[in-house]
Amino acid sequence: MDMKVSKKLGLKERYTMMTRDLAWDTTFQPMDKVFPQVGYEGIKIHDWNAWEDPFRLTMDAYWKYQAEKERKLYAILDAFNQNNGHLSVTDARYINVLKLFLGSTPPLELMAARGFSMVARQMVGAGPRVACMMQSVDEYRHFQTQIHSISNYNRFYNGLDEFAHQQSRMWYLSDGKSFFDDAITAGPFEFMVAIGFAFEYVLTNILFVPFISGAAYNGDMAAMTVGFSAQSDEARHMTLGLECIKFMLEQDPDNLPIVQRWIDKWTWRGTRKLASVGMMMDYMLPKRIMSFKEAWEIYFEQNGTALFTDLARYGVKVPKCFDQTIEEKEHITHQSWIGFYMKPDATPFHTWMPQPEELDWLSEKYPNTFDTYYRPVYEHWIAQEKAGKRFNNKTQPMNCQVCVSTIKFNEPGDPMEMCFRETVYKGEKFHFCSDHCREIFEDEPEKYVQTFISSHAALQGKCEPEGTDVNAHDYRPGARMHAYWRMDKRASGDFNGSEDQKNFAKWRAQATQN
Amino acid sequence: MTSNAFIAFQKNEETRCIVEAIVDDNPAAVVVDQPAMVKVDVPGRLVIKRATVEEKMGRDFDLQELQLHLITISGHLDESDDEFTLSWEA
Ligand SMILES: [Fe+2]
Ligand SMILES: [Fe+2]
Ligand SMILES: [Zn+2]
Repeated sequence: MDMKVSKKLGLKERYTMMTRDLAWDTTFQPMDKVFPQVGYEGIKIHDWNAWEDPFRLTMDAYWKYQAEKERKLYAILDAFNQNNGHLSVTDARYINVLKLFLGSTPPLELMAARGFSMVARQMVGAGPRVACMMQSVDEYRHFQTQIHSISNYNRFYNGLDEFAHQQSRMWYLSDGKSFFDDAITAGPFEFMVAIGFAFEYVLTNILFVPFISGAAYNGDMAAMTVGFSAQSDEARHMTLGLECIKFMLEQDPDNLPIVQRWIDKWTWRGTRKLASVGMMMDYMLPKRIMSFKEAWEIYFEQNGTALFTDLARYGVKVPKCFDQTIEEKEHITHQSWIGFYMKPDATPFHTWMPQPEELDWLSEKYPNTFDTYYRPVYEHWIAQEKAGKRFNNKTQPMNCQVCVSTIKFNEPGDPMEMCFRETVYKGEKFHFCSDHCREIFEDEPEKYVQTFISSHAALQGKCEPEGTDVNAHDYRPGARMHAYWRMDKRASGDFNGSEDQKNFAKWRAQATQN
Repeated sequence: MTSNAFIAFQKNEETRCIVEAIVDDNPAAVVVDQPAMVKVDVPGRLVIKRATVEEKMGRDFDLQELQLHLITISGHLDESDDEFTLSWEA
């Protein structure tokens, strides 16, 4: 045994002294008046000191390691840029996955930063407050480094410059936005389950692990370093989410049904959000390391089962949607790509039909579904494209009132039927993508009647560029969506024939010839 | 069936030593190589011992340095000066 005498305090003592011992209880005002939010959701906490912080990270160590991460990250980014790294990616189609990833993620990181700084103020114990504070700073770092990464690509490629404006307005960005809006307007404990558990544990594992490894495989050192640097914080974030769930369950048995409802709700919301991440893996990475289905099996089914088997000792059950997600893993990425391909004028990134060897890869990875349900669609569209009739659906999509995904997923048990649910609340009809979303709505209708869905609001004349006269006799709702979105026309349409495609070919030729 | 505890790192010189240390200390470890990253699965319980990592690296090592290279973990974490442990209740 190592009996070396250490001059320094041990990790546990250091953590206790630098974190717990620096906290105090208020005396001028009662604690429950200073921290009212922790009581609103019905969660009962008897002893905040029972909160465990397994990483035992003190603030000084935090700054030290985070500074080191930033130095490494920016050294790689600089090298990437100095070396014209953007031209070393597999092919120019790859840039579109960045447009989707970097165009949708930074605003969500910012929302996470805001949410965790709120929760850091609202929680009572020093352990969770410090951990939330650190997470808030981490998320702000992710927001910044992703934007730095965008700016490097934005010099060369179209469609990256209006991501902040588009976040609240673009049909396909609404699912992520609504996820965070929903979480941040809940109470502190639900926020922790939504982001700390569902987002970090279910989503970021798939977004930042196989997807970023895929970015590396496609030669994108910049996205790889930004992604992995962010993910190095996520292990801490997942641990915080998991710790919060255990803490609630250990504090009082009455917390179980509340926590279970949140786990059911947020696992489902996370799953819906993942459809587009899976699509990036299956369709947008020119070189692929694993299918979404394989990633789902490792990071959700196996890893999720490990977690739920473990939490069973508190009475927690596997989320209600678990079986449905297993059925859907064979379908959702194909349905998503079909959904995006059919709207070439409505995204600031390009879409395309898979090449023959990519169709074969999909058949191999999805033997139960691809050839039966999806290959025929693509073969039809490829023929249409060859005939000069690329499919273009110009209508507004219909979105789910809860998850705000476009309603496009199949009926459970019937891949040929679209799943569609509705309910009437106070005389108004609301539409959903699934039973799970309808149930979430019915639990809190007053919250979800407020969901902003641009593709519906546009038809009511609410999404118009400034100066539009909605009372003019020739006014057509939604006719000027492009101006409302601030869409760069060069960035939309099919990849084949795009300016990005031509520029990339030209620049790559310049890089290899005199 | 025992659930896997796992850990994934960015692939670099430091993590090469860390992974070697894990393999030495966890006989059931399975190393999965992927582009730019490496993942190690161990049924039930995965332990990283500071002393073994130091031996592999030939220098002092603070287990909190793991944070620099971490990509993801699975399992309940317990960290002390000497050991970093991930485990699932069976
Ligand atoms: Fe983040
Ligand atoms: Fe995070
Ligand atoms: Zn929905």
